[in-house]
Amino acid sequence: MDGALLNTGEIGLYQYIARRLLLTIPVVLGVSIIVFSIIRFIPGDPARAIAGVNATPEFIEQVRVRYALDQPMYIQYGRFISGMVRGDLGNSIFSGRPVTREIGERFPRTLLLATISLMIATAIGVSAGIVSATKRNSIFDNASMFVALVGVAAPVFWMALMLQLLFSVRLGLLPATGSGTIRHLILPSITLGTASAALMARITRSSMLDVLRQDFITTARSKGLNERLVVYKHALKNALIPVVTVLGLQFGILLGGAVLTETVFAWPGVGRLLVDAILRRDYPVVQGTVMMLALLFVLINLTVDIIYAFLDPRIHYQSGSGG
Amino acid sequence: MQATDIKAASLMPRKKTSEFKEVTRHLIKNRAAVAGLVIIGVFILASLFAPVFATHDPLRTELGNRLQPPTREHILGTDELGRDLFSRMLYGGRISLNIGIISVIIGLTFGVPIGAVSGYFGGKLDIFTQRFIDIMIAFPGILLAIVIVTVLGVGVENVMIATGIASVPIYARLVRGSVLAIKEQSYVDAAHAAGLGDIRIIFRQIIPNCLAPIIVQSTFQIATSILWAAGLGFLGLGAQAPTPEWGAILSNGRAYIRTAHHLTTYPGLAILFMVLGFNLVGDGLRDALDPKTR
Repeated sequence: MDGALLNTGEIGLYQYIARRLLLTIPVVLGVSIIVFSIIRFIPGDPARAIAGVNATPEFIEQVRVRYALDQPMYIQYGRFISGMVRGDLGNSIFSGRPVTREIGERFPRTLLLATISLMIATAIGVSAGIVSATKRNSIFDNASMFVALVGVAAPVFWMALMLQLLFSVRLGLLPATGSGTIRHLILPSITLGTASAALMARITRSSMLDVLRQDFITTARSKGLNERLVVYKHALKNALIPVVTVLGLQFGILLGGAVLTETVFAWPGVGRLLVDAILRRDYPVVQGTVMMLALLFVLINLTVDIIYAFLDPRIHYQSGSGG
Repeated sequence: MQATDIKAASLMPRKKTSEFKEVTRHLIKNRAAVAGLVIIGVFILASLFAPVFATHDPLRTELGNRLQPPTREHILGTDELGRDLFSRMLYGGRISLNIGIISVIIGLTFGVPIGAVSGYFGGKLDIFTQRFIDIMIAFPGILLAIVIVTVLGVGVENVMIATGIASVPIYARLVRGSVLAIKEQSYVDAAHAAGLGDIRIIFRQIIPNCLAPIIVQSTFQIATSILWAAGLGFLGLGAQAPTPEWGAILSNGRAYIRTAHHLTTYPGLAILFMVLGFNLVGDGLRDALDPKTR
């Protein structure tokens, strides 16, 4: 994702990882400042915003003191951060329960949905991309690339509704909303995974075509190696590098898309929690969910970059561990 | 001052007209890109002449005529308040196109100078800017737009601002990368030698020479903004009733999916085709502007 950072010509693997970890600190702090600012930037009185529309003046005052909104900004931020570190993100205005507990209950469901979607997307996208590249300009290639174009362009919430219409309303095969069983997971994960599958099919195809043009493939072929072996052993390994690099980004897009998908399928994850919280002006929950989603995305990108550093042959060469 | 200006200008790679012709030629040869142009053209015409094509007032309710399936009178049927869906969707196209274009203008206005200055001057300024961009990019996909709308409040204008700001880091990254490459070119050295100021060099030489990726990204970004805006509308965070925005129409139609699915099917198809059109043109432009692929 960050080409400039990965260009670590002169430094070793571990220096690179250390630098990458250090760079994460200002990002996390910055994210916390933005999340902290959400309430403070809303026009009007933040205490009133937190207390809710129907709050009594006394309750608004209580909130003002409780959230230290009568204190200077830097003290407010300090309290916000120290609360966060202790795992205290305040209480939901709507349910009165701690925000961390609200998120904790729903987070595994979003993670499950996003992970299954990513798996489906990778499986379908990568295989379609490989077949498209090896059978270039065939009917399959043209058809799958057309489907991929449509898959990227289709709004995720519309896909969700169309799948509901077909599989739940018309055919009665799958539940339209809810969660709990594997059958509940099918439509949401297909919905959420479609755009990613389409993107991965396109990336795999073009990367595979690039690799298949290269000299070592010609050499392998001229040695009389079986075409299947050439494609799946020699070419695929190299073609998948760009695919791996976008996995982190894809996961982020899935987290964003989960907000829409969960809303349609009434899937009780953090995405739906966020939308409900915004509509109810439940700002502590809004802050908590946004913070959590952003932190998760930062963490995923960090992990992907570090894995990539291990996989990248140039960096391996620099750190002297073969290549 | 005049003299150096002319001198510097003559040092610039000048092949603008031929480049434009070349790109157009490649774009027209590309069938998918032409299809995209046709799709966009149809949507632009439909939006411009929405009052002409509209068969009904998009806001007039007719409660005796609710949730009608497509008929000769209402070619795409009516909604939950008896409003004509076709007419509403025509005006909705205006909103989506407006959001797409204005949010891209916002993104360009802030993203391009930020990226250019950051890449050109480097140093502490660059480090600071990059960390700031990192922070904005930490909010995945539509989430940054959602956060901004939460602060600004709902409504079409705020959606434009939100999607526009959400695209700033994308442009800043892109332009910074291009500037780092262009900065080393000999004509930039020549401009320095000719005594041109930094700001002039950035606006007259650096930015014009990284236009290709900016144009390609902007085409894709229009599509992305339209999708984000529709998503916000669908969530109830975008256009508000009775504005005939596609995402909002879809969201209202959801409740009637069992009996009147035209309310969800058609607005979704409209979004899909508009986004597809811009993506096809974006793909075509990328190939046409890339010397390697043409």
